[in-house]
Amino acid sequence: MPEPSPTKPPLQDLKPLPQDVGVAAPVGTGAPERIGKPRSLWSDAWHDLRRNPTFIVSALLILFLIVVAVFPSLFTGTDPKFCVLAESNKGGVPGHPFGFDRQGCDIYSRVIYGARASVAVGILVTTGVVLIGGVIGALAAFYAGATDSVLSRVTDVFFAIPLLLGAIVFLQSFPFRNILTVSAAIMIFGWPIVARVMRGAVISVKEADFVTAARALGASDMRILRRHILPNAIAPVIVVATISLGLFIVLEATLSFLGIGLPSSTVSWGGDINDAQSSLRSAPHVLLYPSVALSITVLAFMLLGDAVRDALDPKLR
Amino acid sequence: MTQDTIDTTADNAWRRRDPGAAVLEVENLHVEFRTRDGVAKAVNGVTFDLQPGETLAILGESGSGKSVTAQAIMGILDTPPGYVTQGSVRFRGTDLLTLPEKERRRYRGEKIAMIFQDALSSLNPVYSVGFQIGEMFRVHRGASRADAKIKAIELMDRVHIPAARQRVNDFPHQFSGGMRQRIMIAIALSLDPDIIIADEPTTALDVTVQAQVMQLLADLQAESKMGLILITHDLGVVADVADKISVMYAGSLIEQAPSLDLYANPAHPYTERLLAAIPRVDLKGQELYTIKGIPPNLTDIPAGCAFHPRCPYAQPICSEKVPPLEDVSGDRRSACHFWKEVLDGSLQIR
Amino acid sequence: MGTYVLRRLLQMIPVFFGATFLIFYLVLGMPGDPLASMCGERGCDPATAVALRAQFHIGEPLYIQYYEYMRGIVTFDFGETFSRRPVLEVMRDAFPITIRLAIVAFVIEICIGIPLGLIAGLRRGKFFDSGILMGTLLIISIPIFVVGFLMQYYLGIKLGWFRPTVSGEAPWNELLLPGIVLGTVSLAYIMRLTRTSVVENIHADYVRTAVAKGLPHRRVVTVHLLRNSMIPVVTYLGADIGALMGGAIVTERIFNIHGVGGTLYQAITRGEAPTVVSFVIILVIVYLIFNLLVDLLYAVLDPRIRYA
Repeated sequence: MPEPSPTKPPLQDLKPLPQDVGVAAPVGTGAPERIGKPRSLWSDAWHDLRRNPTFIVSALLILFLIVVAVFPSLFTGTDPKFCVLAESNKGGVPGHPFGFDRQGCDIYSRVIYGARASVAVGILVTTGVVLIGGVIGALAAFYAGATDSVLSRVTDVFFAIPLLLGAIVFLQSFPFRNILTVSAAIMIFGWPIVARVMRGAVISVKEADFVTAARALGASDMRILRRHILPNAIAPVIVVATISLGLFIVLEATLSFLGIGLPSSTVSWGGDINDAQSSLRSAPHVLLYPSVALSITVLAFMLLGDAVRDALDPKLR
Repeated sequence: MTQDTIDTTADNAWRRRDPGAAVLEVENLHVEFRTRDGVAKAVNGVTFDLQPGETLAILGESGSGKSVTAQAIMGILDTPPGYVTQGSVRFRGTDLLTLPEKERRRYRGEKIAMIFQDALSSLNPVYSVGFQIGEMFRVHRGASRADAKIKAIELMDRVHIPAARQRVNDFPHQFSGGMRQRIMIAIALSLDPDIIIADEPTTALDVTVQAQVMQLLADLQAESKMGLILITHDLGVVADVADKISVMYAGSLIEQAPSLDLYANPAHPYTERLLAAIPRVDLKGQELYTIKGIPPNLTDIPAGCAFHPRCPYAQPICSEKVPPLEDVSGDRRSACHFWKEVLDGSLQIR
Repeated sequence: MGTYVLRRLLQMIPVFFGATFLIFYLVLGMPGDPLASMCGERGCDPATAVALRAQFHIGEPLYIQYYEYMRGIVTFDFGETFSRRPVLEVMRDAFPITIRLAIVAFVIEICIGIPLGLIAGLRRGKFFDSGILMGTLLIISIPIFVVGFLMQYYLGIKLGWFRPTVSGEAPWNELLLPGIVLGTVSLAYIMRLTRTSVVENIHADYVRTAVAKGLPHRRVVTVHLLRNSMIPVVTYLGADIGALMGGAIVTERIFNIHGVGGTLYQAITRGEAPTVVSFVIILVIVYLIFNLLVDLLYAVLDPRIRYA
């Protein structure tokens, strides 16, 4: 500390202060007040989301899609597998608004029934991926040390195989092709990204002061993980999950397109697009409708993911 | 005539006209931030001047408007949402606020330089310190890479960074906090500016390092006769270094005085409270004193004197009329209706 | 830097073994007769069955199978296709074509994606930015095969600007349209990533310092902002190559390109599991090497990694 300069008065010479330590400042205008209850990240996010038109539109669209997937008969009376070859590639007529595909099946009906495959795979895969990846990532980050090394290497191994390639290998080796196996194929190679995001999030939350405080107060590991770390780390995981959902749906369609996904006995958009390639020049509408349906579905999930991310990201507030 | 000769001519004309003239004159500066939650009046009618070679400290709590004032002077305010709505900032007679951006830029770095609080985030992590110092010469003086590097080493020596020649290619994260702040000072110093604005330069540093950095600034200033505007909330840092102190509260300048006078005999209740809040060794065992309440929300500044809700001496007039900044003596001013009573200690607590 | 490279190389080794083992397990190790899944529903003809048994040492203990499998990999012996051509040879013929395709896609992604993303980030909230956000979202949502078909139909067949299919030797100009298709989704991601990065960094303290230093706006953006904003984009490029590999399968199928993807697709449809597996293994190795290179590039860009 530098020596006090001789020209400046030592602090003791300051005027003694009137004894008013106990006086409270009168509450006047301008003193900041709390407007309502303090809001948590979640209620803030929900508050923002409710006002976000993108969120509302995409959420409604997704709800609609789920209804279509679960109750297709509400939307069409035609059997999607009832095909009359004579109607092959014909355009739209009353009662069959989208026309017929190469086999003479009603496209509108196939589009409606095809929603089930895509939505089911999307939801199944995302749930599985969040569970597997979330648990692995959280454990790796929380326990660190050897656990982290091992789990991270495992994550790297699965990450090293690109999603589509891995799914192809898996499905090649599996004689049964149905929604469950296709979902499993995508799940097995899709979880590493969630694990990484979760691991990163938990690591950054783990260092936070409030966690140190909880530990100092004697909280057990499980309690800290459950009540302090996970609620804060889950936000980026939700964002990546909602965005990945759309990608998983595209992946399933791609697998069906390559002929290695859902069998032709299951009505799927990817399969229909695959079949449409041969009639591309003469009857583009056969390609158009399932493509539009697929794209709208994926777009809805992407928009939802974007809206959720904007609401949860503290940096963008 | 080149721009340089125009500058020198203007400079000389200014000096000839009024040899004691201030190098910087801020008059009635108003800055507001237009946000979703309302208009925050960050700076409300701030007026001060800076003489060549003088050290002015701008003192205030967080949110008092001191950093915003500095940014407005430099012209680096975030616009939107910040807008300068009134006032002038005259550098040697030229009002910087009226200049087009291209002109304004010529002052930044060259005539007025700024250093910031957190040197780690204020320096670009992907370029070497030599690059970042040398950049000043390459951009403003057209120097070559080699020349710029030589100058960078010189500057690093000047701010007492050991082994400058070896460390010139190192990156910011490889230096300690105090060293990084010196690098920021080196950058600010590089073109021999007339004024350096230091925005909380030592807040992020340890106390001993703080002292070293402040001493460095003082030495550099004595060498080059440049003006220094020191922005801080720390009364301790200011005591040794400042010639005069301006105290800000809720965007307004509420007291200005030579530092000796301010510490010895404050003329505003807020300053008085701030000084009283410094923990005193000779009053051990007593409760630490704080100022009751918290600073106002800048979108809703109290009517009259902004400090009145927290002032123990507040009278009815304080909530009705904004106290003007009055001259207390030749070089002292205070914005309080009752500054006389504060000075002679005759104020009653309500 | 040297230690960083060494560390990354060492990390790659267990991952390499792990990934190859994983594929091995999926193909040969799972319960059931591997031959049944390899030959598909139709089952194997006797000659092929014999060849496969020999190649994969089926029937012998699992650890011998794995040993032979790994031995094949490290000696670059990937067996033969059903038509008796060595897989390595097929790969060698197909690889250069796909590399050309990938380069076209890469160049398009980077030269269009980064500048547009930069501009969008600088004009955040304005019309251009909203347009980019919406447009990229749309692109990502439409599956690559739909984009491929549409482009093939409209630009190739209807307007005749490009050849709808690519000839055998696949010269650069014919690969332009497929390259655009292949790079489309990645282009959208790079645009968004750059934009987000720019938006984040534009309020960074060092940008404020650069402005306070009196640097011209152009220099602040291109020298200070851009370099830091590029870092997440470079990390993305590593994952991108994996996506490009998958996308190549689709693109080459649509445009009838005889590259790695096209050959792989044919192997899939013919049910030639061993070929499929061998191709995938090679691609995984390429992916690992590429990721290593990307990590090195990342270290070059960010000195904090280099001198950790």
